[in-house]
Formats: sequence, C-alpha cells, structure tokens
Amino acid sequence: MPYLVHSPDDRRQMLEAIGVGSMDELLVDIPGRLRLAHLALPAGLSELETMTQVGGLASRNRVYDDRLSFRGGGVYRRFIPAAVAAVTSKPEFYTAYTPYQPEASQGTLQAIFEFQSLIAELTAMDVANASLYDGATAVAEAAMMAVVQTGRHRVVVADYLHPEYLEVLRGYAEGRGFEVALGVDRLGEDSAALIFQQPNFLGLLEDPSGLTQSAHGAGALAIACVDPISLALLSAPGEYGADIAVGEGQQLGLAASYGGPHVGFIACRRDLTRRLPGRLIGQAHDGQGRRGYVLTLTAREQHIRREKATSNICTNHSLCALAASVYLTYMGPEGLRQVADVSFQRAHSIAARMSALPGVEAVFPERAFLNEFPVRVKNVEQLLSRLDAAGILGGLPAARWYPELDGVVIFCCTEVNDSAALDHLIAAMAQ
Amino acid sequence: MSEPLSIERSRPGLAPPRLPEAGVEALAKLPAGVARRHRPGLPRLSEPEIMRHYSRLAAMNYSISENFYPLGSCTMKYNPVLNEEAAALAGFAGLHPYQDESTVQGALALMWHLERALCEVAGVDRVTLQPAAGAHGEWTALRMIQAYHLARGEERTEVIVPDAAHGTNPASAALCGFKVVEVRSGRDGRVDVADLRAKLSPRVAALMLTNPNTLGLFERDILEMAAMVHAAGGKLYYDGANLNALMGICRPGDMGFDAVHMNLHKTFTTPHGGGGPGAGPVGVKADLVPFLPRPTVEREETDVFRLDFDRPRSIGRVRSFYGNFGMLVRAYTYILAMGGDGLTQASQDAVLSANYLRRRVEGLLEVPHAGPCMHEFVASARKLGEHGIRALDVAKGLLQRGFYAPTIYFPLIVPESMMVEPTETESKATLDEFVDALADIVREARENPEQLRREPTHLPVGRLDEVAAARQPILRWVSEGDPG
Repeated sequence: MPYLVHSPDDRRQMLEAIGVGSMDELLVDIPGRLRLAHLALPAGLSELETMTQVGGLASRNRVYDDRLSFRGGGVYRRFIPAAVAAVTSKPEFYTAYTPYQPEASQGTLQAIFEFQSLIAELTAMDVANASLYDGATAVAEAAMMAVVQTGRHRVVVADYLHPEYLEVLRGYAEGRGFEVALGVDRLGEDSAALIFQQPNFLGLLEDPSGLTQSAHGAGALAIACVDPISLALLSAPGEYGADIAVGEGQQLGLAASYGGPHVGFIACRRDLTRRLPGRLIGQAHDGQGRRGYVLTLTAREQHIRREKATSNICTNHSLCALAASVYLTYMGPEGLRQVADVSFQRAHSIAARMSALPGVEAVFPERAFLNEFPVRVKNVEQLLSRLDAAGILGGLPAARWYPELDGVVIFCCTEVNDSAALDHLIAAMAQ
Repeated sequence: MSEPLSIERSRPGLAPPRLPEAGVEALAKLPAGVARRHRPGLPRLSEPEIMRHYSRLAAMNYSISENFYPLGSCTMKYNPVLNEEAAALAGFAGLHPYQDESTVQGALALMWHLERALCEVAGVDRVTLQPAAGAHGEWTALRMIQAYHLARGEERTEVIVPDAAHGTNPASAALCGFKVVEVRSGRDGRVDVADLRAKLSPRVAALMLTNPNTLGLFERDILEMAAMVHAAGGKLYYDGANLNALMGICRPGDMGFDAVHMNLHKTFTTPHGGGGPGAGPVGVKADLVPFLPRPTVEREETDVFRLDFDRPRSIGRVRSFYGNFGMLVRAYTYILAMGGDGLTQASQDAVLSANYLRRRVEGLLEVPHAGPCMHEFVASARKLGEHGIRALDVAKGLLQRGFYAPTIYFPLIVPESMMVEPTETESKATLDEFVDALADIVREARENPEQLRREPTHLPVGRLDEVAAARQPILRWVSEGDPG
C-alpha cells in the first residue's frame, strides 16, 4: 500500500514488544458494536491509475487562456513569476508545521516576519498579522475586533462590498451577536465600524478619506478592504487614517484554483495590536545576542486564553503568505507599480472601446475605476455565450447579486490581457 | 548561520524586473486625491538573490520531508508528492470560481466524490467542504447546531467542553456566543461521566469531544455519554483532530456524534505548509443537513453536477467560494490511492506505532495513564524536575539530536506533558532512533543538566528570549520608505 512503511515482520515485532498478540488487543477500549467491518470505499489504486482518474476529472474542466479571461470579482489572473512556485514547492517550507519550536523553524518564522512587514508597508499600517484564511474571513475578524474595541454592536457596511464577504460577515455577526447594517447613512453613535471596499465589488473607486472621516465622526473604526496591487497606485489605508486594513492576497502570486487556497491579510494601528486575531511573529534574541524570530503575543490566542481568546484561529495560511512575499519581493515597488499601471491603462482603453460599441454603455460614467468596471449590455447571456465561443471568459454578470443591476457585466483587465487579446475581445463583442 | 531580512539586502539602484508595457495610449489619469503619496518600502532584489535568500531560509527549517515530527494531535505524516502534482494540474489550478457550472464539471465531480468518501469514513450523511481549517470547521459545526436549536424554538446558551480539549474548542464556542462549561477528566484520563451528567441541562446546546481524546485514549463511555446528551436535547460535536486513529476501525457518526469536523491536513495528508493552508470539512447527520453552508454540490443525474444555492435554512457561507479547493484535490488523490483497505491499514499502523513507542518510552519517562493508547500518548517529564529539567528542556534536547519536539505543556491536565504522535509513516527504525535520543537526554538530565539546559547549540539560533520579545514587540521591519 502506498505511503505505509511497516513490513508484516515489523508489525509482528512491534506487537511482540508491546506484549500483545494482535491488533485487536490494542483496540479493546472501543465498544464491540462500534467496530466497523470494512470501509465501503473502492480498493486502492496504483500511482499510475490514481493519476489517470484525477487527470480525467481535471480534463473535464474548461481552462480559459489567461490572456482571454476578463472575469474578476475577487479572483484575478495575474502574471506569476516562476520564482514563486520554485520557493513554495520546497519541502522545507510546505511540509513544515506551525513554528512551535523556534530554533528549528527560523525559515518559516523569518518568512512570515517578512510577510507581516510587506503587508504593513503596502497598507501603510503599523502592524500586520501572519495572515488569515481569505478576504471574507479577514473582514469578519476585523469587524469583531471593532466590536470588542468599541463595545458597540452594530457594524455598518458601505455599498458594494464583495457580496460573499458580506454573507460571511453576516454569519459571524449572527454567531457573535452583533448587527450588520447596510449603507453609510446607517452610521451613528451605536456603530462599531464602517467597512468599505476600495475599489468596490463593481470596480469603482470610493472616497476612502471621506468614508474614514465619517466613521471617525461617529466614533466608529474605519475598516478598509483593499486590493493589494491597487495600493501601488491608490492611497493606502494608513495614509487616509483607516484603523484596520484587510483584503484578499490571491493576486500576489496565487493561482485561481477554483477559489482557494488563497490568503487573507489584516493590518492595524499599533494600539489595536493586542486585539488582532491569529498568529503574530516577533523579533527576539538568544543568549548570545543572535537575532531570531518567535511566535509572540500568544496571550491573545486560543491555546492560552481558551474561551477568552481574540479569535479561534490557531493557524494562518503560511504557504500562501510565503507566495505573496516572494511575489512582492520579486516585484519591488517599481514592478508592482508597473503591473498596477499597465492594468489601469489597458482597462481604461478597453472600457473606452467597449462604450463606443453599439448597445454597450458605461453604467456609472461619472465614477472613476481602476482595472475593473461595469458596463450595461443588451443581452448578458447572449454576449457571454458569444464570447465563450470565441474562447473568451467574459465579465461577471452583476444581477446574480444585485437585481437592480440587470444587464450589467463587470469586466476586469490586468497585465495578462495583452493588446491582441483586447482586440479579440472587442471584435467578438462587435459581432 | 543567519540570513538578513530581504529589506536588508535591498539595493535601491537595482533595475526593476522586466514586465510588459501597457501597449495602449496611456490616457487614463487617476482622479485627484486618490493617488498614493508614499511608495511602499518593498525590497529591491534580483531574482538570483531572491532565490538564494529563500533557499537559505528553507535550510533553517525542520520539516516532515527531513525527519520525524512527533507533534501530538497534529498528525504530521508524509505528504505524498503525487498530491502536489494533482493539485497543480491546469484543469484544477486554472479554474476561476465564477466560471459557468457546465465548464467545471470535473471540479464539482471531485468535490461530490470527496464528500461521499468523507461521509463513509466519518459515518455521516452530508459534508460541507467549505471550512478552511479545523478551528473554522468547529465554528461552522457550532453555527449549524445553534441554527438547529433556534429553528426548534430553543435558545440554548451553553456548550460543554472537557478540560483536556484543544484550546480551539472553547474559543470557537465563545465566538458563537456560547457560554463554555468545562467538564472534568477522571483519574483514568477520560471524561468523568458523573460530572457530565451534573452539567447537562436544557441550556446545553452541545458537547464538544475529541475521541480518542488528547491523551490518546478512547472514550470508552462514549455511547452512554451520547445517550445522555441526546436525552437532554443537546447535540454532540466531534473534534476530528484525532481521526487518524479510527479510519476503517469505527466511526464518529456511529458513536452518536451529530457533527464531525475532519482535518484534511492531518488525516488526509495535505501538507501543513508551515501552518496552513489546511481544510476542515464538516460532516453532519440528517437533522443538521438543512443548515449546511451554501452552496452544496449536488448530482443531478449520473455525472452531471451543480451547485445548490437554494437552501433557505442554510447558515450561509463561512468563507468565500467553495473552500480550499486545492487541498480538496490533494485529499481526494490520497483517498483514491489508498482505497478503503489502505486507509484502514493506515489507522491500524498509526495505533500500532503509538503503542510501540509508548511501551519503549515508558522505560524512560513517566506515562501517567494506563494503555493501550490509540494513535498518540502523553508522557510527563515531571520526575526530571529533581534535576531541574523541564519538558521544555527535553524538547530542546530532541532538537539538538536532530528530531522535532512533541507537543509540550498540552494537555493542561498532565504536568510537564509531552504529547507524542508517531503516525503510520514513520518506520520502526526511526522510532527506535527517537527512543535512543530520548534515552540520551534522560541520561544527560541526570549527569549534566546544565548542558541540557543550554541546548540546542548547533541550530541557527539558541533559545530565544520570548518574554522580552512579547514585552516590547517588534513585529515588522522599519524602512525609510521613499516619496513616490
């Protein structure tokens, strides 16, 4: 059997050393009526047959050419440098566990310390944690921080937060016992936080300074949910005074992978540090004065505090955070800016060309956007199937979440959509 | 051996990586006031320097690929390399979560079949694959139990958790708004049934239990406990951290558990990744099925699959999209390769190895609870206290001798505890070497405890001052940043 190491003789010797005659004698504590005769699963396969089956499933999926993919909605096609996989596929990283023993885990610890630093730099916040599961749970964790910090029980959400993030937030709120109210006008003296997304789910730019001021005016925290690559161009949460910045890091070197695993991030003002959920890595020194890194401020965490912990999170998405670190280190400040700017320029070029087509119009022509934008078309289904026939994964129909946006499709454009791909899209739309 | 931070190696004059130009007329301008003012302080390094930086960091890590990782309750078993190849297939890694269902039939089929396999292993009716980790699964299960009681018009406010439970159990319960009530362990290391009876009431929503428990002992009275909790109108939640002891031997669902989380990164060999990503699917019995997170994956007819969002009593999503899909691919690949017979043999070998190691360690350290154990056991370094040696020193001594350390100071009910889980993928020869290392540590504890307290001496750093680190936390580098 694959991956098992004992020979029949090993098993016999071990039973003998234990002093029992059979496996059953080791299982005496299990009531007899619970013992299972056998698992009703197919017999095991050879590696060759396993891969034939799994590969068969993979081939039943349609993979669109990155260049011809114009669908975002929280998961984006980006150029991923080869260095990312070369690092994350090192077994020293991917087969290690949470660095409980720091002397033997400095690689993971330093890599996460660098991730925390990179996220703090990108968001212009004081502190970032070791990462969270995804953007949706990061929003929920930030909301819970605000509820505890302010002692208030209503969290206000601005329009067009990612609908799945909102749904996850509602679930956490229901469990934890706080209210989620929609619309900035609900902000008041009872609000723990205002949560807004920049750019929002439709791709439109919000006024983060104004929203932050409104939140603070009501005595609430400002929680900015941000696109990490956009921060090369757009004002960072720390610059406009947000209290907590969260987001989804998939764009930083991670494959779409049908929605996961990706990585959430959370960063905050220094005085909120002890309210952060999850792991934090800090600098330390040994007896000889050598610098190293350790899990720190663990008094917030569940294994120490149990039911009084800031969160129930006991891990992070370390390997995904590592991918993001390699990506950001590869790009550097200029590279990241280049990627963001190319996406911005191409998106505006294609948006202008689309609007010139008969039957296509901008939905919010007065609103600025970055590299994702909504357009209204005559027949969403017809358009998308026509694009599909041309090998194109078209934009995301908005009506699935927003009935008032019937006929609206959200297109996204990044550096992977080259000029030929843009021409192909316009030609297919113009048909 | 040490490696500077990437920012310390950064060279401001270095040319940025070559990236595509826009290729369109750059007409777009950001509106005033939204542009970033200060450039982020990211490092500037060439690719060769980046690769060397991370290779050096990798060399400072201990991993299961290198040697035995005896962390109890973490199930550090071999991560098959085939799993990685499967998850990297373009047909999986290249899928956008909002593609039309007709274009992702293979992905949905994989999720449907994985759900069926997990149902069979755990003895439950349905499974949600959404939760991203074990603790996330705990929380998801409690949310469903909460919704179930509310739907019956019952507001139950308490969750019972044993004193030996993982810290995530009470934390997850608190996150769901429950009051945590602790139940004692008896002298035999198992839940004190009389104490449980005393704590049951119409206020109790659920009992959270790990079986085998964190001492590696099977809760012999589980059927009686389940009957008691059910009679009081409560539900039973199974913490699947220790499921690796039971595959093909017995099933949580048959024991009376109503909700069961499983750690794909433990029992089903997806790699731990230095602390994630994992995956924590949750299985439930029929009466909790309406409350499962949405969407579920349904089979319409043979080999046609769809996502079902129309589930009015669902607790809603617990994360974005459909879970850590890449981890689901790995776990399914493992299950296919192992088959029902292979999974059963894996659990049997895990139990055999733990009992073998337990018997050998008994001669060196105190093992306070009578065996046999299941897949792990807890030893105590208490008696080395007479030489001024603690469990922490034994752990560091193991690092010195080329092993990782067991889980220490958990469970809390055993003083100076060391929780050891060998798993089925460590050979007898490796376990014997581990015992030799432990014997050498015990010898050193008696003969030269000063030396043991200085260990490890050959790793990149010695023992780090964690107290000072927490007092004045330095959680990031500080760069100058530069004006944009």
